[in-house]
Amino acid sequence: MDNAVTTNRLTKRFGDFVATDAITFSVAPGEIFGFLGANGAGKTTAMRMLCGLLKPTSGTATVAGFDVYTQSEQIKQVIGYMSQRFSLYDDLTPRENIRFYGGIYGLKRTDLKTKADAIIEELELGSVADKLTGSLPLGWKQQLAFSVALIHEPKVVFLDEPTGGVDPITRRHFWDMIYAAAHRGTTIFVTTHYMDEAEYCDRVSIMVDGQIKALDTPGALKKQFGADSMDGVFQILARGTSTK
Amino acid sequence: MIHIQNIAKAFGEIRAVQDVSFDVARGELFGLIGPDGAGKTTLFKILVTLLLPDSGSATVAGRDVVQDFRALRQMVGYMPGRFSLYPDLSVEENLAFFATVFGTTIQENYELIRDIYVQLEPFKNRRAGALSGGMKQKLALCCALIHRPDVLFLDEPTTGVDAVSRKEFWEMLQSLKKHGLTILVSTPYMDEAGQCDRIALMQNGQILAIDTPTGVENRFAKPLFAVRATDTYRLIQDLRQAPFTITCYAFGEFLHLTTQDSVSTGTIDTYLTERHHKQLEIKPIRAGIEDSFMDLMQHG
Repeated sequence: MDNAVTTNRLTKRFGDFVATDAITFSVAPGEIFGFLGANGAGKTTAMRMLCGLLKPTSGTATVAGFDVYTQSEQIKQVIGYMSQRFSLYDDLTPRENIRFYGGIYGLKRTDLKTKADAIIEELELGSVADKLTGSLPLGWKQQLAFSVALIHEPKVVFLDEPTGGVDPITRRHFWDMIYAAAHRGTTIFVTTHYMDEAEYCDRVSIMVDGQIKALDTPGALKKQFGADSMDGVFQILARGTSTK
Repeated sequence: MIHIQNIAKAFGEIRAVQDVSFDVARGELFGLIGPDGAGKTTLFKILVTLLLPDSGSATVAGRDVVQDFRALRQMVGYMPGRFSLYPDLSVEENLAFFATVFGTTIQENYELIRDIYVQLEPFKNRRAGALSGGMKQKLALCCALIHRPDVLFLDEPTTGVDAVSRKEFWEMLQSLKKHGLTILVSTPYMDEAGQCDRIALMQNGQILAIDTPTGVENRFAKPLFAVRATDTYRLIQDLRQAPFTITCYAFGEFLHLTTQDSVSTGTIDTYLTERHHKQLEIKPIRAGIEDSFMDLMQHG
């Protein structure tokens, strides 16, 4: 089976500044791929290119088999995206949010109803399905946002710090949902500042100053850097570069 | 240095802070630990006189937060959760501005901020809006310190900040403590709790526990095991089905399993071996802050 994501020397410059510097990697279908790096290391720029939102300066990349230069519209149809900042409309109810996003992705009216019922049941949102999303606890919103990001059964879902500020139990429920989605074959591309979450990924890449400095399974990375946790690996790679 | 008695604040139906009481001693580094929506920011705003409580009372440095708000504002440094500087002013202009507002100069209190500000000085003419996340945070800290406050309030200074910058920030707080400052800091990251002298765990407007970090960990009374095997996903499923399991959650490379009393590693090993798990590793462990927090969330 083809890779879900491939990049070859993918680069983005803003004037003199090289935000993403010739990164090369691939992600297998159904893999949970952790995309780590210090603030300003170039993660967001790389993610925007892969989502078809930003044209690269040079290099190549494909997502679900589509080219980021020429097929960005097709890419947007087959990926899901969720971040802490952009997720749901607070002034719509959970059910309206599901209908809205499902509609945007072209789901049929009957499928939408079935999907909405399934999501509300799975997340046990029955009692609040018709309240405004803005009034829900953050943890519920984040889980709903993840379900909505999966509503069109995307091949790859991009999660940008999905668990920031969430309580420790909800954070783990969220990862249960990520595991379940990956188990069903969805490829997960996730960034996080929680180093314990890096351990849950199949493989992890660490970006420093626009470049990928390490890429392997958490176990292999810990061995390679002689660290007993992913936090240790991260501190070794990223320290000294964070003051810029 | 901070005295909080039965403080409550509601916004419509949302009871943001419910009957919170605690004290912070002079020179203490006190952490308010909890997720978004716990009520941390509301409590901070009450303590720095930006919000009136519905009921209860509080004093900071001996001044009442309602009656003596003018005097109190001179004595506290406050770093809000959102970036609070002027993005169109340079690094140096921001610092000079905050010094002037408080009737002082950068030179007068330079010694207090020197260790932090030297890292910013190469960029002192850069617009604050163009700084990286870690640098903005350092500048905001300098601006909160420049009038030499008695008490420093830091509302989620490390949220959204990478693991390396977070560690550096806590190193800065430890060195500020040596200047005799009292510091109240909030964070959603449980792993930062260990840096504090004492912590209050907060959830849904209420305090779950107040103690030293070790004290909080010691409150965890159930048997706790770290478990690992080759197939983590299946391991979670199986352990959650087990008759002896109370909870099972992922914790980094291990799962943390709480069980009923009188369960041994042997019991768990037998159960998992029957289900064909490979490369099993099972060991009893001491609870961390996050284990305690999760336990308190569920059982109060």
